Parts: sequence; structure tokens; C-alpha cells
Amino acid sequence: MKPRLAPAATVTGRVGENVPRPDGVLKVQGGFPYSSDLQVDRMLWGATVRSPHPYARILSIDTSEALAAPGVRAVLTHEDVPGKRVYGLEIPDQPVLAFDVVRYWGEAVALVAADHPELARRAAQKVHVQYQVLAPLTDPEQALLADAPRLHPDGNVTRHVKIRHGNQDARAEVVVTGEYEVGMQDQAPLGPESGLAVPDEEGGVDLFIATQWLHVDREQLAGVLGLPPDRVRLTMAGIGGAFGAREDLSMQAHACMLALRSGRPVKISYSRPESFVGHVHRHPGRLRYEHGANRDGKLVYVRARIVLDGGAYASSSTAVIANASCFAVGPYRCPNATIDGWVVYTNNPPCGAMRGFGSVQNCYAHEAQMDKLAEALGMDPVELRTRNALETGSQMITGQVIDGPVPVAELLRRIKERPLPAASDPGSLDLTTQPGGVSNTTHGESVRRGVGYAVGFKNVGYSEGFNDYSTARVKLSVVGGRPRVEVHTAAAEVGQGLVTVQAQIAGTELGVTDVVVLNADTRVGSSGSSSASRQTYITGGAVKAACDAVRRRVLALAELELGRKTGKTDGLRLERDSVVSADGREIVSLTTLLGDEVIEETHEFRPRQTTRLDPETGQANAHVQYAFAAHRAVVDVDTELGLVKVVELATAQDVGKAINPQAVEGQLEGGAAQGLGLAVMEEIQLKDGVIRNASFTDYLLPTILDMPPLRMDVLELGDPHSPYGLKGVGEPPTISSGPAIVAAIRAATGRPITRVPVRPHDIVET
Amino acid sequence: MIHFLQPASWSEALAMKAAHPEAMPIAGGTDVMVEINLDLHRPAGIIDLTRVPELTEWGTDDGLLRIGAGVTYSRIINELGDRLPGLAMASRTVGSPQIRNRGTVGGNLGTASPAGDAHPPLLASDALVELASNSGTRRVPAREFFIAPKRSARRDDELIAAFLIEPAAGPQQFSKVGTRNAMVIAVCSFALAIDATRKRVATGIGSAGPTPIRATDAESFIEGVLDEGRLWERPAEVPTSAVTRFGELVAAAARPIDDVRGTAAYRRHALAVLARRCFTWAWVDYRRMGAA
Ligand SMILES: Cc1cc2nc3c(=O)[nH]c(=O)nc-3n(C[C@H](O)[C@H](O)[C@H](O)COP(=O)(O)OP(=O)(O)OC[C@H]3O[C@@H](n4cnc5c(N)ncnc54)[C@H](O)[C@@H]3O)c2cc1C
Repeated sequence: MKPRLAPAATVTGRVGENVPRPDGVLKVQGGFPYSSDLQVDRMLWGATVRSPHPYARILSIDTSEALAAPGVRAVLTHEDVPGKRVYGLEIPDQPVLAFDVVRYWGEAVALVAADHPELARRAAQKVHVQYQVLAPLTDPEQALLADAPRLHPDGNVTRHVKIRHGNQDARAEVVVTGEYEVGMQDQAPLGPESGLAVPDEEGGVDLFIATQWLHVDREQLAGVLGLPPDRVRLTMAGIGGAFGAREDLSMQAHACMLALRSGRPVKISYSRPESFVGHVHRHPGRLRYEHGANRDGKLVYVRARIVLDGGAYASSSTAVIANASCFAVGPYRCPNATIDGWVVYTNNPPCGAMRGFGSVQNCYAHEAQMDKLAEALGMDPVELRTRNALETGSQMITGQVIDGPVPVAELLRRIKERPLPAASDPGSLDLTTQPGGVSNTTHGESVRRGVGYAVGFKNVGYSEGFNDYSTARVKLSVVGGRPRVEVHTAAAEVGQGLVTVQAQIAGTELGVTDVVVLNADTRVGSSGSSSASRQTYITGGAVKAACDAVRRRVLALAELELGRKTGKTDGLRLERDSVVSADGREIVSLTTLLGDEVIEETHEFRPRQTTRLDPETGQANAHVQYAFAAHRAVVDVDTELGLVKVVELATAQDVGKAINPQAVEGQLEGGAAQGLGLAVMEEIQLKDGVIRNASFTDYLLPTILDMPPLRMDVLELGDPHSPYGLKGVGEPPTISSGPAIVAAIRAATGRPITRVPVRPHDIVET
Repeated sequence: MIHFLQPASWSEALAMKAAHPEAMPIAGGTDVMVEINLDLHRPAGIIDLTRVPELTEWGTDDGLLRIGAGVTYSRIINELGDRLPGLAMASRTVGSPQIRNRGTVGGNLGTASPAGDAHPPLLASDALVELASNSGTRRVPAREFFIAPKRSARRDDELIAAFLIEPAAGPQQFSKVGTRNAMVIAVCSFALAIDATRKRVATGIGSAGPTPIRATDAESFIEGVLDEGRLWERPAEVPTSAVTRFGELVAAAARPIDDVRGTAAYRRHALAVLARRCFTWAWVDYRRMGAA
């Protein structure tokens, strides 16, 4: 029994060409089957009973009334978990269903499956849980104190990263200090968590799911369900964005458990408010910095203490704090550094992966510090950055020497030299150009312009010794009289454009017009996660490697054929659906050459190996590749009302090689918008561990009227280590866009602004 | 399950409401459907008013405009923008084009949220809300309509038939603070109407108290200034100190709280700024009118 999924489309295009998404038209017309649309006969609907307390002891759970409710087919608690009761990406600390205690508001406690979603929701209200409410620990600084209640057996510190680089007692002529705070951002993917679990006859299960990494879901599910991995089969369903929110399990195990118990297909689809507690968020952070520099503006040292609030469970916190620490000083040469990065457990909602992954929080701090330092030195802020910019061969504070292009100074030069937009017209009654927009708050009164700059960087791919790899299967055969390539991987298309990338690579390597990218599933080996800006690099690399192997076999076949006939086989290539000679003449069409032959190859691709951070010094070759972007923001601020209009953003980013330029532009646009969101409006507001704005009514995302034009400079400098020289593209736009906007707000208002998102009352003293 | 009623005429609607006082009317559905989706509210029944032709009509009634409760924001902007500039400005700030095409002033009054954007201009224009039931019709001044957050003078057996409002007799303004440049619920808002005929200045404050509020002290203060300086007849600039005082008095009339959208202190501060700016813009228009 299979639900309708998006059809596998034929894609034509070469590396470097603009290739439209095959699902674009369907999505715009409303015909794309998202995971929330999944449907099969006899399907039940699951609902989740959630904790109304951020911290409480579970005294009892009474399911009898819910079980007796109309249409109910199953009600489950932690006692019904068939296998492991806890799971987690790095540390298995999160209960599938809470037992003994609940550690955050909205934690899953019980499950209901019923004939109709409404019946399931009503029955969920009839599960009676008795709690003994405990005082929640919601301040990460308090969580660090020795006498704080321990939320987990090993204490509240999920990880402490220490970086000790150079002279720990360095002194400098000019010193600036600052404290910064970053609020909790939500990934807010438009598609809520949803999926459909279909039990088979033999006690196994098929899960149709919108996720970022099918195989890591499967590994965790097999453990939870107590099944061998091959009895748990996952198929990618239509996804509505991810941004890190789908790295952890949400409803996967729940739907499978209900399906296995009821013997019926079970679908779970979260509502928006439920989605806010159904996935991890970006870590809020408090960052304390001290920068020391020479009078000529050379950085002497940076000392930083970074505390991230990991919330109730570990998720990917340990990797996020590693990034926050490794990139703490920004893309600058800094001979001496003392960094302490902490991530701690609290009773706030769990935090984990989100686009930028630890590099976003610290960028707000190091860029504010660079501006402060420039001011203390009386130096232009871009000049100061340029003077300290990392270059090829520079050493990171982790001791790693960065190879390949490191165009930090060049990126800064490009955004700086771009002409500024025209001054705002104070008399303009086109309200969309004014801070406050159509709400008619100013006709130019108190509007000041500001310009700000920021640059950031982060790692591409998995770090710290992780065995990063991807698997691709490529099949070449003749279908309907034409050669056709099928690419099959388990890599998740999350909206970033991976389907076209895979097709373009196969089309380029095999010279074939028709490329079909099969829907991702677990019938092929792991591709790793669609995160860390890594898929084009790693899965792209795997597709290329598999294509290389296919091509070798095709050419061997051709040589065999031709060698027999002509003896001339030098420099044969695949192009235009044919084997062509070195000078491009068609020798034989693939259709003729292959006949009934099917050539299939499966290959794994691995980037270079990394190593773990030394626990005492944080020194290591911890990262595969570094990606850089810079932004300039121009803002108009109504200084009396504290309202901000971002007038223009300009960016320069080195993408190594733009495989699909229009998709690259999409990433630069979307990433900048997400950065803008955190800078000026997006925040999950918490009070005593409870989310106060768990809906799009009050969790504000930027609209088209908030996002300004983005001027882009896409550099293709070519990394010698990666396929086609490409660099990961997805995350850098989210890192420096927000800090540039905040710098511009500071420039416009003269106010220090040390917290994001910037609220009107932070600009206006009241 | 939800009981669904669909009257085809106004009399049928009233009869259904009398028979099912617990049933919730639905017009544009832009509040009702959100509440249902978010599981905040499960009405026992729904009365769909979108098939009632009388509700989507507007006309004049004894010098007043009588506007059916089902007239959308888009129609107010397009069809009545010249006669009701304040309400039209407020309507333009509501949601997005899709919301303005469905949402109605009747629905805004039905929800009676202190943040409803139609309310401040209705207050500033002394509008009347026409309530009807099987037992009769009454007209309640907007000033008396709002009782508490999301509570109004409307009885359970009543429907909102229309609102009645005078066409503008002078410049009107509306301003709303939100932390997004569009599609945002008001942090606070302010409406101002100058009545050149009666020589009155009227106000409405939104989203800064349990109900929309009139700043009556501010109104009489600025009317005093205008009367004393004979500025109505001889339209000159109003002294900055007076405009500032007007803003302060508007802020003082508000009863804001701290919530997810903003702090009470910021709301008061912003209202003073909005009041100053709105009055200044309106007065410039008034002087221009006089000059013409
Ligand atoms: C995305 C979005 C953005 C929004 N932005 C704004 C905004 O900027 N400003 C703002 O003020 N509002 C906003 N709203 C809220 C909403 O659009 C308005 O309150 C609108 O005026 C409601 O009108 P409606 O016709 O859709 O009402 P409905 O949702 O149909 O009804 C609203 C309430 O009024 C009752 N009701 C409707 N008609 C009658 C009647 N004739 N008699 C008695 N009761 C009746 C209903 O029972 C219900 O209680 C927004 C909503 C959404 C979804």
C-alpha cells in the first residue's frame, strides 16, 4: 500500500546551467503532494498528548477513558515502546515518550490513533496524566552553577569546548569588550512535521516521511521499534522546507509504533503550534567577548565565553557548540585565542540544528566587536576587517591551516565598492519604502539611514572525525529508444535543489539528455544528512564517482567494439547521447552501443578525513572545507518609533563553482531573508519555559515587503579538493546578513544594540 | 461534530440565530477559521452569513452611511475610500490582499479584539453598530460597544447587521505600529478625525488597553487650543508644545500591558509619537483645505 508521491521527473541540464526545479510548477499550482497530504485506504490518524509543564514528575498516566473514546484504535505510553526508550543524534537522552519526568513544555507523553484526526485529538484530551510540578530551570547561566538541579544524570553541561591558541596571557594596546545576546529562532519550515507509517504483514514497517537524513532516522527507529534495520524502510515524502528542524526524530517513531500496534496505516501531521514544540530550535546564546589589538589594527587576541542554551535534550548541541567555538573570532587571523564554549541543559525547548549551526550566534558578537574595535582605533570598519582577514595558508584558532581560496578580503572589497542605493525620499508617500511600511507611521519624520558590514564563515560537511560519506547508484540503459540515466540516492531534497544538482552532474558526466532522479529511499546506501551545506559536495561527489565508473564501462565497451573495427580508441568521450571522438565527432550512439545492456554502478564518496578537537586545547584539523560570505546592509530607522526598514542588502560569496546558478541565487536570497528574520523579528518568546508565541500570528517571519532587493556577487574560485571545485552554499548567507543589518541599525541610531532580534523598544529608550 | 447552518436571507439568519444562540456566525472566516485550526475554539454550530445578500450592501441612512457587516476591507478601500479615509487607511493595514478580500468590518466587530484595526477609526467617527435579533434592532455607539477583551455589547441572540458612520467632514488619519512592515497585528494604533463642521477633534486608540479607547482629555485639550487660538477660522500652525501635549494626553489615556508584541512603556511612548504625527498630518490637510 503506497501513498501518492511526487512523480520522478526527467531533468535535462549540464553543470553550470540554470536548470529549473522539476517540482516548481506543481508547487506553485498546488498539486505537489507534501508529506501532510499523504493518504492511503484504512488510514488512521495519530495525535500526541503533550506535557503542559516545562518540568514535572509523572505520577501516573490513565489511558482508559481515551481507549474507550469513539473511533480510537490505540493509545500508547512509554510502556509500549518496543525497543530503546530513548534516542538522540549524538547522545541518546530523549525519551520516545516521557517516563518518570517531563523536561520541557510540549514534550510527548502519550499517543492516540483514531479513525479521524478530530477523534484522535479529542481522545488525546482524555488521557489523564498526573504530574507533580517541579520548578523549571530555564536560565542557562544558572544551569552551570554547582548547586543547580541536575536535569540529566551526568549534570547540566552537554559539552564544554576549550580552545587555547597561542599566548594565553597576551596583552594589547587597544582592548574592547562586549556582551551579546541572541534569541531563540525557529526554522519555521512551511511544511509541518508529517508522515505516514504503513505496517507490513511481517511485523516490519514502511515510513513515508519528510526528513533530512533517511538512514539516521532508520537507525534510531530500528532501535526504538526493536526491529532489524531492514524491516524499517523509509521513503522520502514531499517536504516543505527543513533548515535543520528535521534532523531529529519528531513523529517518526510515534507513527510507526501506532501502525505496528493497530495493524493499520497511521498518519501524523502536526499543526503549526505543535510544530513549535515538535522540533528543535536555534540555540539562544549569551556571548561575552574581549578583543585586543595593536594600534595599527592587527588583532592580538580574542577571549570569548559563549553559553548556548541547549534546552531539555542534547540533539546536535555538542556539534553546534564546537562550531560556535571554532568560528568564534570570525574569519580573521588571530594569533592568540582563549575560547570557552558551553552548551547546557535547561527546561527550555530543545535546541539543535539550524542553518548556520553555531556560526550565526557568534557572528553577531565578533562582528559587533570588530565595529567596536574600529571605532576605538578610529579606523574604517571594512579596512579593519581586511587587515585581519584570513587568507590562503592562514592558521585558524584551532591550528588548522586553511588551504584553497580564502577570499575574505575580496568579498569585503566587493560589497564595499558596490554603489549605495539612493537616499530615501523624505517626502515619499509610497509607504512601502518607509519604516513601518503601509501602516502609515512616518512620512519621513525621524528616519535615519545606516550602513553596516559583516562577514562570516563556517564549515562545510561533517567535522571532528565524523565518517562523512554518501552513496550513489547510477544506471545507464536504453528506454524507448533513447539512452536514459537513473540516479538513485538516499539524499533528501529539502527544497535546496539537490534533484537538479544530481541530474546535472549525471548529465554532464555521461553526456546524456534524459536523467531521472529517483525518489530518495533506504533501498540504497546512506547519503548522510541534507545539512552542513554538504549535499552538493558529498552526494554530488558520489553521483560523479558512480558516473565515472559507468563511463569507464561504457567506454570500455566502445573501445572493444571500435577497436575491433578501426583500432582507434584514443580520447573517446560521452556527449550528445553518443560516444564521440576526441575532436567531437559522433562515433556511435549510446542507443546502438548499449542495446539491451544495462550498466549500473554504486559508489561511495568521502571527503578528506578530519580529527576531533583536543579536549584541552581545541586544536585539530577539524573541518573539511570553509565557506565564506559577506553582507552589506542599508537600513532606514524611524528613531522615534524604533521601526526598521531594510532598504538593501548586498552580498558577495565564494561558491567555488555554481552548479545551478539560479538555485545558488535562491540560496543567497532565502538565507539572507532568514538572517534578516533573526535580526529584526523572529524570536520564540519564552516565559518560565513556556512558549508564548507558538503560531505565525506572533512568531513573525519576514514578508516580501520586509525583504529588500539583494545585490549578489557570486564568485567561483574553485576549491582544489572538491568536485568541480564547488563549495557548500546554503548556510553562509544566513550568517552575516543579520549582523550586517544590526551594524546598520547601530550606525543609524548610535545605540549599542547588543541583542537580537532588535525590538522597537531596544532602539527607543522608554 | 459541528452543526452547519446556511441562511439565504437576513430574516432566515435571525431566525436561525434565535433558535441556535450558541452557533457562531462566520463571515470572511479570517478569525473563525484560524481559531478552529489552532484548536482555540470549537463552536457547536456555525451560521454561514456569506449567502445573506443584505449584509454585503451599503447605502445612506439619514445622512449616515449604513454599511453592511459583510462588506470586505477591499470594498471599503475601493468603494468608500473617499468618504471614509480613516477607515480606508486602517483597512489598508489589515493583513494581506487575501485577508482584505475576505475579512469584514462586521467580523472585526464580532471578534471585538482590542487590536482590531477597524475599531479606532469607528471610535473617532462616533460610528454606531446596528445589532439585530428576532426581537428587534438597536444601534449601539461604538464607544459603548466594546466591553472587555473580545467582549462586546452584542447579546448571544444578536447578529451584527451593519455599522453607521458619518462621511468624513475633515481630514482623517490612521497609524499602526507593528514589528513587521506588513501583515502584522498592531502593537498599538491610533486614529484621528477632524470634524471641520462641528470643529471637533476625535480619537481612537487601538491595542493599548482592554478595549479600543477614546482619548477624551486629549481631544478636549487640543480643541481648546484650536478654539482659543481661533485656529479653525484662521488655519495656522499649531504650536509644537500643544501638539506634544496632545500626544502625551493620548498616551496617558491608554491602558497598555506588557505582552509578546511589546511592552506597556513602549506602547505609551509610541502612541504619543503617532498622535503627534497624525495630528500634524491632518492639520496640514485642514490648512490646505482652508486655503483651497
Ligand atoms: C493572516 C491574517 C492577518 C490578519 N491581519 C489583521 C490585521 O492586520 N488587523 C485586524 O484587525 N485583523 C486582522 N486579522 C483578523 C481578521 O482578518 C479580522 O478581524 C477581520 O475583520 C475578521 O473578519 P471576517 O469577516 O473574516 O470574520 P469571521 O472570522 O468570519 O468572524 C469573526 C468573528 O465575528 C463574528 N461575526 C462575523 N460576522 C458577524 C455578524 N454579522 N454578526 C455577529 N457576529 C459576526 C464571528 O462569529 C466571529 O466571532 C487577520 C487575520 C489573518 C488570518
